[in-house]
Parts: sequence; structure tokens; C-alpha cells
Amino acid sequence: MISRKLLQVVLSLVIILIANFTFAQEEDPMDLLSMLEEEEETTDYATAAFKTNRVINLHSIESTSAGVLDVKISHRFGVLNGGINELFGLDGATIRIGADYGITDNITTGFGRSSFEKTLDAFLKWRVLRQSTGKIKMPVTVAILTTSALKTVRFQNPDRENYFSSRLYYTHQLIVGRKFSKSFSLQFSPTVVHRNLVRNSFEENDVYALGTATRIKLTKRLALNAEYIYVPKNQLAPGFRNSFSLGFDIETGGHVFQLHFTNSTSMIEKGYITETVGDWSDGGVHFGFNVSRVFTVRRPKIHQ
Amino acid sequence: MKVVKVLSLFAIVLFSSNSIQAQKYFTRTGNIVFSSDTPMEKIEASNQKATSVLDVETGKIEFAVLIKAFQFEKALMQEHFNENYMDSDNFPKAFFKGEIVDLSKIDLSIDGIHPVKVKGALTIHGETNDVETDGTLVIKDGNISANSTFEVAVADYKIEIPKIVRENIAKIVSIAVNIDYELFKKKS
Repeated sequence: MISRKLLQVVLSLVIILIANFTFAQEEDPMDLLSMLEEEEETTDYATAAFKTNRVINLHSIESTSAGVLDVKISHRFGVLNGGINELFGLDGATIRIGADYGITDNITTGFGRSSFEKTLDAFLKWRVLRQSTGKIKMPVTVAILTTSALKTVRFQNPDRENYFSSRLYYTHQLIVGRKFSKSFSLQFSPTVVHRNLVRNSFEENDVYALGTATRIKLTKRLALNAEYIYVPKNQLAPGFRNSFSLGFDIETGGHVFQLHFTNSTSMIEKGYITETVGDWSDGGVHFGFNVSRVFTVRRPKIHQ
Repeated sequence: MKVVKVLSLFAIVLFSSNSIQAQKYFTRTGNIVFSSDTPMEKIEASNQKATSVLDVETGKIEFAVLIKAFQFEKALMQEHFNENYMDSDNFPKAFFKGEIVDLSKIDLSIDGIHPVKVKGALTIHGETNDVETDGTLVIKDGNISANSTFEVAVADYKIEIPKIVRENIAKIVSIAVNIDYELFKKKS
């Protein structure tokens, strides 16, 4: 005969178990995903503050991605005040052909050759800080640019003692910028341009300047750019002006087309910062365009 | 005596109901690949950080996918994907909330490949649509993997393809999901 006590124990055990089992089922939350604990916070980097790594003439805070070759064709027509005879500048032209390559996501190198004064140029640009939110907070993107230019045009006076070093120019620039919103970006570029040889004693060999550039995105593929480079007085001979440029970026698939007006003839740092002669109020403005085309040369490793 | 025997048996059965039936499974490293194939261009991107939870008891299955985690071979393509098409700043994640249809017909305690149908709400770019798709649940040694490949019409999610690249981007995109789940253990 079974003891009553044993029966009671087993019965209570069973009841407890059933109760546990049903409770477990009712625990189901409506939203399963909320059951997972908070994910580790990630860092969200700002991208595409400018459509390409140039604003118009100035370098932007953007860096060419690793393994990507960005081919650049830049063109400036003649000045508008050339009148109808010069077809408002369309008859004249200077060109720069070059390419930029992303060694890493933050280091870009590039070279080019300008037909204006037959100058070769090369640069190295290092993006030191990236604007980001999230785990790492950084309000601005900061990049350091160093360029050198070699003017290969024949010396004007071959009878004089002409030095090779006279052909060289160096520019060093700090670029600090921020993407304020999807449609507005702003950057500042304090710069120093070093010229081994200058025209006369009025001119400084080291010229300090401050560049400012902005982008306003009008539609997904269209943006308005403006840049202005202020050169404080008493550094350049009279007749040289501050560079001001205004233009549009149009983006399609792999190309960026930049169409703009600028009073600078040269497309390299030492040229547009220290040798601009065009006068906006006088129509001494060039219409020009930059075409940028990216090719992926070295594919990034992606796990599939 | 017989009553005790029955009750004890019942108790034993309840105790041992720790089978696959009562568990939740999750992952934070789910793999999702989407591809668009046109004669002009092949676009493919892979995401290794999809989050998913599967409740085998109710059949409920949910996904959350961070759009910026999709990796492309071409950096510019990735930039355009986020900036111009998916608007990742405004819609950082895509979601799926659904369930396995007719879960009772499937015996998940048996190892092997179980074909299933999954039904639910898919939210991409802020737009939600009901989808139903076939998939498989692979059970092996108590581990569950889920796989599915299905197609999505880009326009259903208000993702605009401009005329200029109409030939380069397919209107119907293929999405392949491969998840290896692990058992969810509550940290108490």
C-alpha cells in the first residue's frame, strides 16, 4: 500500500513542474530582438563631405579610398573678357592631367602635369583625423598636404646663371573641415607656399595664406562649391590677387564633373595661391572644368 | 501505486523536456549577401554583422541588419549605396519580423535539412512590405543554421534608381541569407 505522504510529494512536484513549464512559455516578448543585450557601440565616420578630393582648385578633406586610382583631367579656358574675338575665352586653354592614388584609406598620393608653364607636380596627403560620431567622437576631419612643383619651361634669359633649384616650389597645407549636414560642408586650409626664386625683392619666398571652401549639396547628384584663398598683404608683388572660384559638381556613376568659374589660371597650389592675376570685377575669369574618374585598382579583401 | 507510477513518469518527462523545443537561438554575425545582375554591371555586397533571433518554440524569427555594414569591392559604390540609394543616415537598419509557417509540421529534434516557409514583414529604407519565402533549417548536433535566398523589388521600398544608371542596376535584387545560430543563454 502506498503511503499518502509519498503521493503528496509526487503530486506537488508535478504541480510545480507544470507551473514552471507554463511560466516559461508566457515569457515570450513580442520583440525577440530586444532580448539581445545592447550591441557594442560602433564608430560612425562621416563620409562624402565633398564629392571628390578637390573642391575646385583646393584639396578637400576627402581622401581617396585604398587601392583606388582617381584620374583627373582639369581644364581652364581663356578669360571671359577676351571678348568675342577669343570666343569669350573658349579659344584658349590650359590643361592639367594627373592621377591620385589611395595608398591607404587615409594616405593619398598624386602627380600631374600642367600645360601652364609646363609644370610637373606631386603631392602626398595624410588624413590624420576623421570626423565621426558614436564610440569615437571627432568633430572635424584634419588632413596634412604637402606638394612640390617643378617648372620645366625654358628659362626666359638663357644667358643668365640659371639654377635648377629655381624651378622648384613647395606647398604645405593643413586642411581642417567638417560635414555639418548632408547638404553643407565647410573647410579651412592654412597654407605656406615656398618659392625658391621670386620675381623681385617685393615678393616673399615664403607666402602664408588661408583657404576657405564650402559645399552645398543641392540634389543627390548636384552640389554647389565655392572657395576663396586669402593672402595677407605685403607678401606678393602688386597685381596679384586672391583666388576665388565658384562652381558645380555633377556626379554620375563613376565620374564627377566639376564645372566652375575661377580667376586663377593655374591649377596647382603654388600657382593659384600666389600667382593669380585675374580680376572678377573685370571679367578676368576663366570658365573651366575638372573631370574625375575612379578606377578600383586593388580590390579590398571582403569575406564572402 | 499505479497513480504514483503515472505521476512519477509524468514528472520525469517534464524534467527532461530540455530538448530543442524550448530554446531561443541568436547570432550577431549573420551573413547577408545582396546582388544585382545586369548586362551592364554586376553589383554585389556582403554583410557579416546581421543580428537575428529565432525562437523554435513559436517559430518567430527576427533580423536587424546595419546598412553601413554592407561591404562592396568598389569604395565609390559603397559610398553611393549609402548616400544616394539607401539613405543610411536616416534609415540605418533593415528589419525582418516574421515566423516560420506551419512549425508544428517540422520535427526539429531530427538532424538534417528541413525545408521551411517563412512569412513576415520586411522593412528596408523605412518601407515595410509583407514577404513570404522558402528557406531551409539545418539541424546538426543540436545546432541550427538557417538559409534562404529570395528576391526583392527595389521600387517596393521606395529606392529610386535614376535614369542615368537604369541599365546598371537591376529592378529585382537577390538577397541570400546564411545564419549559423547559437543557443541563447540568459545571463543571470
